[in-house]
Amino acid sequence: MSIRMRTRQVGDRALLVELDSGEEAEAFHAELLRRRSSGALPGVREIVPAARTVLLDGLERPARLAAELPGWDVPPLHARVAAAVEVPVRYDGPDLESVARLWGVPAEEAVRIHSTAEFRVAFCGFAPGFGYLTGLGDEYAVPRRDTPRTSVPAGSVALAGPYTGIYPSSSPGGWQLIGTTDVPLWDVAREPAALLAPGTRVRFVPVPAERR
Amino acid sequence: MTDRAFAVVRAGALTTVQDLGRPGHAHLGVPHSGALDPYAARLVNRLVGNAEDAAVLETTLDGCAVRPRCAVTVAVGGAPCAVRIDGRPAAWGAAVRVPAGSVLDVGRAVRGLRSYVAFGGGVAVEPVLGSRSTDLLSGLGPAPLADGAVLPLGPAPASPPYAGPAPWPGPPRELVLRVRLGPRDDWFTPAALRTLTTRAYRVSTATNRIGLRTEGPALERAVPGELPSEGMVLGAVQVPPDGRPVVFLADHPTTGGYPVIAVVREHDLAQAAQAAPGTPVRFVAAGGAPARA
Repeated sequence: MSIRMRTRQVGDRALLVELDSGEEAEAFHAELLRRRSSGALPGVREIVPAARTVLLDGLERPARLAAELPGWDVPPLHARVAAAVEVPVRYDGPDLESVARLWGVPAEEAVRIHSTAEFRVAFCGFAPGFGYLTGLGDEYAVPRRDTPRTSVPAGSVALAGPYTGIYPSSSPGGWQLIGTTDVPLWDVAREPAALLAPGTRVRFVPVPAERR
Repeated sequence: MTDRAFAVVRAGALTTVQDLGRPGHAHLGVPHSGALDPYAARLVNRLVGNAEDAAVLETTLDGCAVRPRCAVTVAVGGAPCAVRIDGRPAAWGAAVRVPAGSVLDVGRAVRGLRSYVAFGGGVAVEPVLGSRSTDLLSGLGPAPLADGAVLPLGPAPASPPYAGPAPWPGPPRELVLRVRLGPRDDWFTPAALRTLTTRAYRVSTATNRIGLRTEGPALERAVPGELPSEGMVLGAVQVPPDGRPVVFLADHPTTGGYPVIAVVREHDLAQAAQAAPGTPVRFVAAGGAPARA
């Protein structure tokens, strides 16, 4: 697939590559990882995907890579054979009803919509192990809460904009809370430490709230 | 007791364990972290015979005091300060021997902001993702020092303390930060770009390990709103809604949505780490026009 990339140099050692969509950014990120693992991107220290961009940091010659990029062939994202990470969720969040209202459906239907979608971790940020998951259609985007909560419990499954995220630890937050999970999201003894590293496929599996 | 450890007698305003950071995990949302003045951290390590990436203490303005449980070679560098062992003056910027049970007092910074204390063998707290650094943004690594805490030391290094000259530039009276414009300079008015590189700023009291905050003329945006989150680099000059530039330091977030008008040369960030609140700051355009394709 030929995709349009715009590059912007960032300081002396980094390059920000802009793409037209989140999906293209994910495809370009996957291609970067393939090239790095085959040794074709020597020296790069960080590859940081984000909403519409990928940042490459620690480059000896950012301008040289910027000149090469237009010639790259970037295959589209394909469903990989690897199984998706399954995240069991109790859909008991305090904002489930208001999310369902925004979607114009009953709460049970909102749960069905969320738990039948296939997600992918587009990027991480905000806190170690906090993944921004895409997979719901644009019609299910929701705003952040007008007033952020001062404390969101660890394991809260939450929505904001087009993204689903899970709070790895307790923190302030303005996302809409739809459920809770006990899955350990961050474990420095694990490689990678984040359960939801960029590129990971994810499904949410409803479990009864009573099992708490 | 003679075990290889030290007790914290006076933690100071903010004293943390720092090495050269935990690069390579930004895609998981993990900041780089590490000593804000890496030249000073490397130097004090060389002075005691450690590898340059051994973990040291980084103090903030008012120093700290510790009581080693074993005789240990130490060196204090970075921001100049009085060094005392059991109340008697000792050398700053050189290896000194602290007897077991004596108190090493690292005084208030006379100039600059952050002093560095190396111990022979290094501070041997458990590494997290390959680094012993305290990351104040995400909470990774050991907690900041607290009075009464006991921290382990590594085995004494085989190499003898370095006795040669210890060059150190000294803290800046005026902080001059060379910047390359971009990646989001086009989100600002031409007047804002001139303001950034010609007008005087000062280091704000709200400055910390995450960012050097400034006071001065606000930078006017040509494009309103927020960017979709994008990756951030060390030295990024991010402009929040109040228009005052913030220079990202070691504990900066890995992604952000405020536009980055320019990026400071990495070499100049060590000086930024030593610029106390109130220090004048100038941003100087260097490194050519923003490259874009």
